[in-house]
Formats: sequence, structure tokens, C-alpha cells
Amino acid sequence: MRKAFGDFVKGIGIVGYGAYIPKRRIKVEEIARVWGKDVKRITEGLGIKEKAVAAFDEDSATMAVESARRAVQNSGVDAKRIGAVFVGSESKPYAVKPTAAAVADAIGASPELTAADFEFACKSGTTAMQCCLGMVASGMIEYGLAIGTDTAQGSPNDPLEFSTGGGGASVIVGNQGVIADFEEFYSYTTDTPDFWRRPSAEFPQAAGRFTGEPAYFRHVINAAKGLFAKTGLEPKDFDHVVFHQPNAKFPLKAAKILGFEEEKLKQGLVTPFIGNTYSACSFIGLASILDVAREGERILVVSYGSGAGADALSFKATKEAERKRPKETIFNMIKEKEYVDYATYVKHRRKLKDV
Amino acid sequence: MVSPSSSLIWREIPERYGMVGSVCQTCGASYFPQRKVCPKCRRKGKLALQKMPENGRIYAFTEVHSAPRGFENESPYFLAIIELSNGVRVLAQIVDSEKEKVKAGATVEMRFRKIFEAGKEGILAYGYKFKVV
Repeated sequence: MRKAFGDFVKGIGIVGYGAYIPKRRIKVEEIARVWGKDVKRITEGLGIKEKAVAAFDEDSATMAVESARRAVQNSGVDAKRIGAVFVGSESKPYAVKPTAAAVADAIGASPELTAADFEFACKSGTTAMQCCLGMVASGMIEYGLAIGTDTAQGSPNDPLEFSTGGGGASVIVGNQGVIADFEEFYSYTTDTPDFWRRPSAEFPQAAGRFTGEPAYFRHVINAAKGLFAKTGLEPKDFDHVVFHQPNAKFPLKAAKILGFEEEKLKQGLVTPFIGNTYSACSFIGLASILDVAREGERILVVSYGSGAGADALSFKATKEAERKRPKETIFNMIKEKEYVDYATYVKHRRKLKDV
Repeated sequence: MVSPSSSLIWREIPERYGMVGSVCQTCGASYFPQRKVCPKCRRKGKLALQKMPENGRIYAFTEVHSAPRGFENESPYFLAIIELSNGVRVLAQIVDSEKEKVKAGATVEMRFRKIFEAGKEGILAYGYKFKVV
């Protein structure tokens, strides 16, 4: 039996982070207007006001690079010392050709590294982080870069179209200059068909109400409870919590079930302003928490990926977190925006034939 | 636009992704894109790779309405000569910037964007564009 994981990974954690949110926004109200939907019912049902829209020349790779460059800058790490680049996404620009290789080149990393793209619906970013943590802990690499990035897809007039946004976020894992000590993780995975996209399909399909109880809640709650059992920690021991946010309602309900005060969710709840950014979602939430986290504050991250699985990770902010604040906070990025109408959104997201 | 070969796109990656240009170790002059010979020092020149700064100012700009093939759906867009903070000038697209902010002297920062696609099934070319900050 292995020794307690917390002991094994002592001194390892996040050494820097970066995020990227595209500038364009579309209001849920505008999408509802086009499809003749009841605006009030949709906005209240989802708790989302607007979503971030990647531009014509943006995709999950460009957002990965932007966030990774910011993470390198924020961490102060020499990119040549990064030994692994893992990119989590379900909206890769190529079906076959790694985004991770482009990111590694674009941040000026050394070719002497390992890299791959991960896919597990919305949770591949945290899984990439787990791999980096393991490789740093074992001494295989000095630093690892884990990224969650997506230009989330939603078929026109599908419920998903009202919530799916775009964004990317990166964390660098290492054992020097740690801003958030990694404490423990617990993952929970089952074969649950709540959301999928076949290779030839342009848009994913979601199984309606089935995405709730047997999918999101079962996995998120079990992952969080598993982490509590493994560590002896309780909701009261955490200062901040971020859950995957397919909408603003699900994380609030998960917090209530587990016994977290709503206040602890606030800093990491970004979906109401940028939509569900899939693999980037819990990463951007974590980044927003790290923007304000003080020494000693404990953070719980629970991602969720359809199909289905959840990764629960516990971090504790260090003094370095207060010293290494990034130039731009997540909430500043959220504030910088330009509204587009549905027609412009359709052009940028190439939902027109032959564009 | 004629789709360039993947080897051509690949050759330009250091310049397009990281803005890696040249510096003459004899006279100290910087160049972008990369040069094989320093036009000032000629045979006495010794060129090495040098990463260009990622910020600068707009030196001159134009708004493109009649875009070349492959860029039609992006027009109108701004094209500018950027004077980088080391004095080197580069031609690049301006993105995510309000029309009234795009003017000579405006401070810009590099952004990583898709430049073009070699058809629906071909390779994607990424690289630098600039944003007014």
C-alpha cells in the first residue's frame, strides 16, 4: 500500500497560472430573441446572463497559448524547464495533431519535453493537472503545464447554445515558488452517457434532465465526499470552493448538498458572466480564487466531465500567492467586453455553411 | 489565396509563434523577419537569433475592406506597421481593438491568433497579431 498521498506530494503545487477570456460576449437574451424563447425562463433557469464568444481567428489552441504565456509570466518559471505540456479540450482545432505541441513551441519551451492532448468532456484540464502533479512528485519532471481550453459547442437553438462559452486557463505545477500547495485528490468515474459527440458530428448532444442527478451530481458529490473521507477535511475547513459550472444553478445546488455556504462559491463562480467554458470552466474558477487567496486559505476544486467523472482536488494557498498576483485578474478580464448580436456571433463561430 | 505547403508554414513557426528575429553581433542591429546577412556589416556581420519584444506602437495603419482571398470573411480589419519597443517594424493585423483606438502612436501588445487555414482539411497557420492596450 502506498503511503498517504499528502505526504508523498509535500511541497508540490501550483507555481503560477494564467487565463484567457475572449473579448466578445453575446447575451442569453439575444439568443432567446432569435429563437423565440422566454428570456426570463431561460436566464433564471440557467443563471447565465451572457457568454464569451471566441472570435473568427480564435480557437482552443490560441486560447491555450494565451493562457499558457500568462502562466509562464506569472510563475516566473523558465519555459525551458517545463517537462510536460498537457492540454485538456473537447474542441481541438485538429482531430489528429496535438495542440500541446503548438503550445509548447509558442511558449518557448524546449523540445525536450513530453506533450499530449487529453479529452474527458469538461474535466480533462484537471486530469492533465493530476498527471503533472504525479510527474513532478515522482521527480520525472521539474515543472508541468496543464491547460483547460475550449470553444464550447452548442447546436443552434439547442439548450446548450444558451450556455456554452469560450475560454482557456493554464496552471504550472512544480515544487519551487509554490503559490498553492497541493494536498490531495479524489476522482470518481463511471460510464454514464449524459453528453457526447460522435467523430463526424459537428455539435454534441446532451441527454436533457439525465445530465443532472445520475451524471453531474452523482459524480461531483461522490468526488467531494471521497476527498473528505480520504483527508478527514470537512466543508468548514475550506475557504473557497469551485465546482464545474455547466450553469450557475448546478454548482449552487452541489454546494448546498455538501454543506458549503454560498459565500465560499462566489469568487470562483464565473459562468454567469462568460458561460460554460467546458474544460476551462473549473480552471478559470480556480484562477479567480487564486487572484484573491490569502496565505493559509484552503481551496476545493471539483471538476466534472460528462461521460462521466469528477476530480476533487484540495489546495492550500501560500504566502507566494499574495506575492505573485497576476497583472490582470479574472474579474478584470470579465469586465473587458464587446457585445455582439446573434448574426455576428454566428459568423465568428462559423455556424454558417461554407464559412 | 494559394494554400502554402505545410513545410512553408513549418519554416515560419519560430517567427510567427515567438517573433524570433535576428541580431547582428557585430553592429547590434536587430532584424525581423530573420536575415542571413547583416546589410550594414556584410561579410563582417555575425547574425544570431533574437526574440523580439512583444509590445510596441502603431507606426502606420490601414483598414482593409477589399481583403485578399482567404481573408474575405474577416474584413473589414486593420493592418498596421508596428514599431516594436526595440525599433524594429513588423506588419501585422490588429485585433480586439475599438476603431477609435486604432491610431498612430497607440500602444499595442502581441496576441496569438490563427492567421489562415489551408482549406477546410488543410493545415492551420497560427501566429502573432496585435491588440491596442
